[in-house]
Amino acid sequence: MHNFNYHRAADVADASGKLTSLEDPKILAGGMTLLPTLKNRLAAPSDLIDLAAIADLKGVSVEGDEVVVRAMTPHAVVAASAEVQKALPALAQLAGNIGDPAVRHRGTIGGSVANSDPAADYPAGCVGLDATIVTNKRKIAADDFFLGLFETALEEGEVITSVRFKIPTRAHYMKFRHPASGYAVVGVMVAQYGSKARVAVTGAGPCVFRLSEMEAALEKSFAPSSIANIKVSAEQLMGDIHCSAEYRAHLITVYARRAVEAMV
Amino acid sequence: MGEFGIGQPVRRKEDVRLLTGGGEFTDDINLEAQVYAAFVRSPHANAKISAIDTLAARSMDGVIAVYTGQDLVDAGVGLLINDANYTNRNGKPMHKPTRQVMPVAQTRFVGEVLAMVVAETPAQARDAAEAVEIDYDVLPAIASTAHALDEGAPLVWPEHGENLVVHWEYGDKDDVEAKLAAAHTRVRVDLVNNRLIVSPMEPRSASAEYDAASGSLTVYTPSQGGRRLQMMLARGLLKMAPEKVRIISRDTGGGFGIRSKMYPETVMVAFAARALGRPVKWRGDRSETFVSDYHGRDQINVAEMGLDASGRASVLKVETLLNVGAYLSENGVRLPMEGGGRIIPCMYDIPDFYFSVKPMFTNTICTDTYRGAGRPEANFIMERLMDAGAKALGMSREDIRRRNFITEAQMPYKTHLGFTLDSGDFDGTMQMALDAADWTGFEARRAESASRGKLRGVGLATFIEGAGSRPVEGMRMRFEENGDVTLFAGTYSHGQGHETVYAQLVNEFLGVDFDKVHLIDGDTATSPETSNGTFGSRSSMVGGMGVKRASEAVIAKGRKIAAHLLQTEAERVVFENGVFRAQSSSVTLAEVATASRDASKMPEGMALGLDESVVFENDVENFPNGAHVCELEIDPETGILEILNYVAVDDCGVILNPFIVHGQVYGGVMQGVGQALTENVVYDASGQLLSASYMDYGMPRAAHMPMMEALFNVVPAKTNELGVKGAGEAGACGAPPAILSAVGDALSHIGVSHIDMPLTPEKVWRAIQEASAVKAA
Ligand SMILES: Cc1cc2nc3c(=O)[nH]c(=O)nc-3n(C[C@H](O)[C@H](O)[C@H](O)COP(=O)(O)OP(=O)(O)OC[C@H]3O[C@@H](n4cnc5c(N)ncnc54)[C@H](O)[C@@H]3O)c2cc1C
Repeated sequence: MHNFNYHRAADVADASGKLTSLEDPKILAGGMTLLPTLKNRLAAPSDLIDLAAIADLKGVSVEGDEVVVRAMTPHAVVAASAEVQKALPALAQLAGNIGDPAVRHRGTIGGSVANSDPAADYPAGCVGLDATIVTNKRKIAADDFFLGLFETALEEGEVITSVRFKIPTRAHYMKFRHPASGYAVVGVMVAQYGSKARVAVTGAGPCVFRLSEMEAALEKSFAPSSIANIKVSAEQLMGDIHCSAEYRAHLITVYARRAVEAMV
Repeated sequence: MGEFGIGQPVRRKEDVRLLTGGGEFTDDINLEAQVYAAFVRSPHANAKISAIDTLAARSMDGVIAVYTGQDLVDAGVGLLINDANYTNRNGKPMHKPTRQVMPVAQTRFVGEVLAMVVAETPAQARDAAEAVEIDYDVLPAIASTAHALDEGAPLVWPEHGENLVVHWEYGDKDDVEAKLAAAHTRVRVDLVNNRLIVSPMEPRSASAEYDAASGSLTVYTPSQGGRRLQMMLARGLLKMAPEKVRIISRDTGGGFGIRSKMYPETVMVAFAARALGRPVKWRGDRSETFVSDYHGRDQINVAEMGLDASGRASVLKVETLLNVGAYLSENGVRLPMEGGGRIIPCMYDIPDFYFSVKPMFTNTICTDTYRGAGRPEANFIMERLMDAGAKALGMSREDIRRRNFITEAQMPYKTHLGFTLDSGDFDGTMQMALDAADWTGFEARRAESASRGKLRGVGLATFIEGAGSRPVEGMRMRFEENGDVTLFAGTYSHGQGHETVYAQLVNEFLGVDFDKVHLIDGDTATSPETSNGTFGSRSSMVGGMGVKRASEAVIAKGRKIAAHLLQTEAERVVFENGVFRAQSSSVTLAEVATASRDASKMPEGMALGLDESVVFENDVENFPNGAHVCELEIDPETGILEILNYVAVDDCGVILNPFIVHGQVYGGVMQGVGQALTENVVYDASGQLLSASYMDYGMPRAAHMPMMEALFNVVPAKTNELGVKGAGEAGACGAPPAILSAVGDALSHIGVSHIDMPLTPEKVWRAIQEASAVKAA
């Protein structure tokens, strides 16, 4: 680890101000991704701005037809929230299957979403549940937020403050865990909003993506058989030493179908 | 005796200390005015070193010294040696390239230490290490066990002309091949025994301190016992008198075989401390342990067995390729011959045997001993063969084993490579496992799984081990003034629980309170002269027998003293429960110990003190064995496999502490589950390690394993008075073949009988896909 200056931001404005005024700053949330990167000397920010002391950034609530998760809420809190379990069980279940207990108690939704790790679960939750990413500057639809491998629509000085998930008619998340890291090799969020359907896939590509063919099929008939034979091309998918792109493609169809099976 | 004696499930003494952060691991030790080391490691698997420029590094803040291989040559530092001595049948000796602590001219694996920086702080040392500039001429590299012996493969040691270390053979190849050809049924298995990261919890570390006035060097490092390291470091490497080198391991966070070895970093830290006259400290990080700790396993085996119509196997051929890495580590090359060789063909009586071993160099870190050290590999071969034989003959897997087991009537039974099995009830042990797992009720459970679309399988593996290698070890027993007893052992507990078990033994033999017995180990200044350490499941026998011998000597001496105090003859004194008795009068051991310090109370001519120092030596090892049954379910659509039930029945002879032996079984099985399901070292074609972190290397998790049942079939060893057999490595022997057997069973109806480890979901899924495609065609 290289040396850096540590700041504990008093509020979001303070964090944002430091982000734009300091030399090479970085926000520190749960540190689950950032700290290992620093320890391995893969990054050397001049300043870390810790959001941990900002009370406004913590907690979950149900507001109208949305579940609101504030940025610094750890995954374990989302998983254990009775409100979330009632209003949007698929989200609680997603959060409860992230990594391991230590990671779930430190890692935050803001850090996860800001990072756009191709194998992270929340991106599938955000896109599949038609979420809005709220920052100190604007609101961004999840569909427009995740741009690529570790790439998001966030601009300099922008701090995620909360994520607002639209409560679906029903939804289910299925995940194939990476045997080493626990991240998603394939994670599929399937959600039904009245006559509309969303199918969002994480883990398999460079960043979360939707499967419009499956969505259209489900909008015709929300049944497992509608999508059971929709094959996904392996061409744009990733492969690693554990799982090939071809296998990931196969799993997407199986997991999407099983997600629907779990709902009907 | 009582609740703390032999066989009692006594809770481990050391656990409160270890679990509450009271352990003293090498990184916990900080020496006055210490400075810090960081290493420059090779990024290339094979490269000539044309220049090392340390100028920039030397001028950086806080940097005290930078050393390269040339500095070691100039200082006369010795080589890292291997003392194996195998020859080819044509008389040509094995190839033994020299290994410098830091190579000067060429690097041969990624992660190899090429330079060392010493600085005032760890960060300064790291910064400077990054500033050392090395010019490389990168050469083609070879990492693959399957291809290192191919024509035209890049050569690790070009002057040798090939990557083969030696071609070692046992038995008559032509005769065995003729018998295989003539056999009623002939089966063959092609196996990969995957390469593993050993993963002790504590990363490798070292701290060293040199006292110029006395010329003595103290090295703190995790180990499995320091005496051998002391000898190597003193005599071979730093050219010092052994008594001037002291190795201390307070606590060590896991060894598994690889912590018993001498590594370049240890030598360098010691060298720098001596050269600089300041304590030097290095704590490896996890990334460093991935690339520079020795790896485990990495064999390819082709084996054939010939059977008659009744399932009796009479002839066996095993051909093994072994990847030893870029150099010869201390024991890696020995594993098939001296590790697995002790027992192969394992529990089976097979008269004709040809065994060929081809160890090879590759551009990878060395392999060496890892929990089981050659025995898991040997058992894996035999168990896969037995399953193949059962399938070929349409027999049950238990019947074919039963048909071929060495029986108690045949014991003592001499193995092909010259070891003698003294005891074991292989059939009885297997039957216990089958019963506990409800083997005969399996078909109903298979049908239930099938109704849910799942493929269920049950697997059986039996195995034998050779434990207690190099059976000679010292033990000292000291009586303290407050009545406590302190043991000084040459064995070294690095997780095994010796503090507890040795105290149980002292309690059993001498009646001393469990809490009043203390163990001091892991320090060459206090451990017995004869000290080999802890490895190969040896401490129950060599350490346990040491405690027994010392206790016997104490009792013999104590009887004379007691007789003197009680004014009778020693022959009339009996010792029981810590008390010496002669008719109605008695004196306690503690009182005898006190009297032994007072010349006026001692018999004439007897030396003062009750303390004892003994060396236990045995002619032979012992042979733990067992039978494991694993039941699992496969999701054919995804290939995901779930273990549903696991039964382990072990014969580890007399059980000193079932609680601790259960722990050993669980841990060993878990490591076997890891090898079978998730763990795999992957190098790419250029020799880069791809599985270099726990984000990429699949350690098994608790979720991979259901509750398991561990049972014992106690058959006391006949070759040591405690009747103990080793318990540490059994689980790792049993789990891989039991799991493979179960997968073969689950998939047999579609024609899949073997998938190479690790059985990742994708591999299982592909095997199912391919078999289904074949079936459909
Ligand atoms: C062993 C392990 C296993 C894991 N397994 C999973 C898994 O299965 N599934 C999964 O989804 N994730 C997994 N994770 C990731 C983890 O859950 C966290 O979501 C992730 O590490 C980032 O969250 P954090 O709070 O730790 O962020 P940090 O590491 O503190 O920050 C990550 C990045 O986001 C930026 N950032 C943080 N907060 C904000 C904000 N409010 N606004 C703008 N930028 C911000 C930081 O500057 C940094 O660049 C795993 C992590 C580990 C270490």
